[in-house]
Amino acid sequence: MYGYVIRRLLLAIPVLIGVSILVFAIIRFIPGDPARAIAGVHASPEYIAQVRKDLLLDEGLHIQYYVYMTNLLQGDLGRSTFTRRPVTTELAERFPNTLVLASTAMVIAIIAGMSAGIVSATRRYSLFDNASMLFALFGVAAPVFWLGIMFQLLFSVHLGWLPSGGIGTWQHLVLPALTLGLATTALIARITRSSMLDVLGQDYITTARSKGLVERVVVYKHALKNALIPVVTVMGLQFGTLLGGAVLTETVFSWPGVGRLMVDSILARDYPVVQGAVLLLAVFFVMINLVVDVIYAFLDPRISYGNKEVE
Amino acid sequence: MFNKSKQVDNHSKLATPKKDTELRQVWRHLRRNRLAMVGLAILAIFVLSAIFAPLITPYDPVATDFSVARDLPSREHILGADWLGRDNFSRILYGARISLLIGFLSVAIGMFIGVPVGALSGYFGGRFDLFIQRIIDILIAFPGILLAIVVVTILGVGVENVMIAVGIASVPIYTRLVRGSVLSAKEQGFVTAAKALGIGDARIIMRHIMPNCLGPIIVQSTFQIATAILWAAGLGFLGLGAQAPDPEWGRMLSDGRQYIRTAHHLTTYPGLAIFFMVLGFNLIGDGMRDALDPRSRKHR
Repeated sequence: MYGYVIRRLLLAIPVLIGVSILVFAIIRFIPGDPARAIAGVHASPEYIAQVRKDLLLDEGLHIQYYVYMTNLLQGDLGRSTFTRRPVTTELAERFPNTLVLASTAMVIAIIAGMSAGIVSATRRYSLFDNASMLFALFGVAAPVFWLGIMFQLLFSVHLGWLPSGGIGTWQHLVLPALTLGLATTALIARITRSSMLDVLGQDYITTARSKGLVERVVVYKHALKNALIPVVTVMGLQFGTLLGGAVLTETVFSWPGVGRLMVDSILARDYPVVQGAVLLLAVFFVMINLVVDVIYAFLDPRISYGNKEVE
Repeated sequence: MFNKSKQVDNHSKLATPKKDTELRQVWRHLRRNRLAMVGLAILAIFVLSAIFAPLITPYDPVATDFSVARDLPSREHILGADWLGRDNFSRILYGARISLLIGFLSVAIGMFIGVPVGALSGYFGGRFDLFIQRIIDILIAFPGILLAIVVVTILGVGVENVMIAVGIASVPIYTRLVRGSVLSAKEQGFVTAAKALGIGDARIIMRHIMPNCLGPIIVQSTFQIATAILWAAGLGFLGLGAQAPDPEWGRMLSDGRQYIRTAHHLTTYPGLAIFFMVLGFNLIGDGMRDALDPRSRKHR
């Protein structure tokens, strides 16, 4: 077991190095002169030269990467070319907001999705089942940014119940979290339903029922535990989808998170901030998957620790 | 005596009619699936309106007419007009071309890279496989749309770059899928038999293994087109995709946002268009998965 955890940790190292190389490459792969792209169209030749010197663009790539990594490991991600503030400060201000948004969306998705899935499976083909599966189909297909705008239109513009954007109170969190969580809710509902149906069809459930156990005990004590394994599997991955979706949701609701910071920085050609934001989101996602895998290994003793190809 | 060429010929003769009935079987299942047929109908509508857009609407999607700027839906402009007086309905029709093009081409790019890499990785195994898998691990460390955003940041904004970005972002999905299918196919008797007959690796992969992976690839591609359309619209919405005056749905949505209070038709309808197109592909994908996988049929 501990061997597996250590192996899994070690496997994360090359991935993180790879991520750092890709993020490092963002600036260097820009077609044309990266220094000019960063400095802006109207920059003076002196300023472009300064940027070139700051980024060591005249040195070899290996030296650039070495310096980049050395700085990175010391927590130095450079400065924003726009605000001149350290990138780490910018990220530290924004990241908690993204975390709050994504976690709230996840909690909503888990509670709503699982409940809908369980009820659907136990009352198969009922009105509730049909309605919630239809909702699940819609939830996956609706573009998150459009959904957010429609929520704003209904709840902010027409009904005036909730603020249409910004941050501050819990009311500000409701619409963005609902928007972001809807697709994941739909997915979890579908997976829970089909996994519950699989389990409910198995012999040991028939045995439990024939023993005369109450249906509630059969469903919640016997079936649910096994049915949740595939659901837990997708949760780690779904958190990644939520982080990606947060980029769009934050833009719709003017939510000051890392995603919005990243988009603003791309449009302003503030590449050091773009790099920092991408790096942060990717590293965070790697960590989440690491934690999920380790928890999963503890929960499900059937996992073969030698072979990590189980999806 | 064992006649190698005759043996192979027999095999291909046997294989052809079998594949045919398999396809027909899938279609039979699909036809009975009402939701899949709804999906097919939705897509047919989009494809036809994309092709025949100039015949359906008299308006040029980029022609401006300030006298009708931000007009609500009316007899002349059934879905209203935008802030430059461009016909909203025409823009949505022509927008279907862009979305379908991005969906299909980006998936083609993803398949073109992902399928061979996954097949080789699974077939040869060893160090090559290990190396490819680590690269894929790095790519999937960028969650969801993020990898596409990174690629667009490097390549620059624009529809072509969005296609490439979304295509690259879908490479890991194909690589993993095909690798898994190849790994399981490799262990089966017919591959061992083909090897014993001295058939070359390339031929074994193309003739004997790949046909077995085709089903999962087609199902995944259907879903992937839906994802690609969503991501491309997302990039357009963020201002990283199509640029004005292209009638791209994501871009139209974000441009229309500032008139949300007075002219919400500029955001509602492009969004509905994305929604239905994605829904169409998803419904067909669900249907094909059920038709190809007998295990999931019982839950229908």
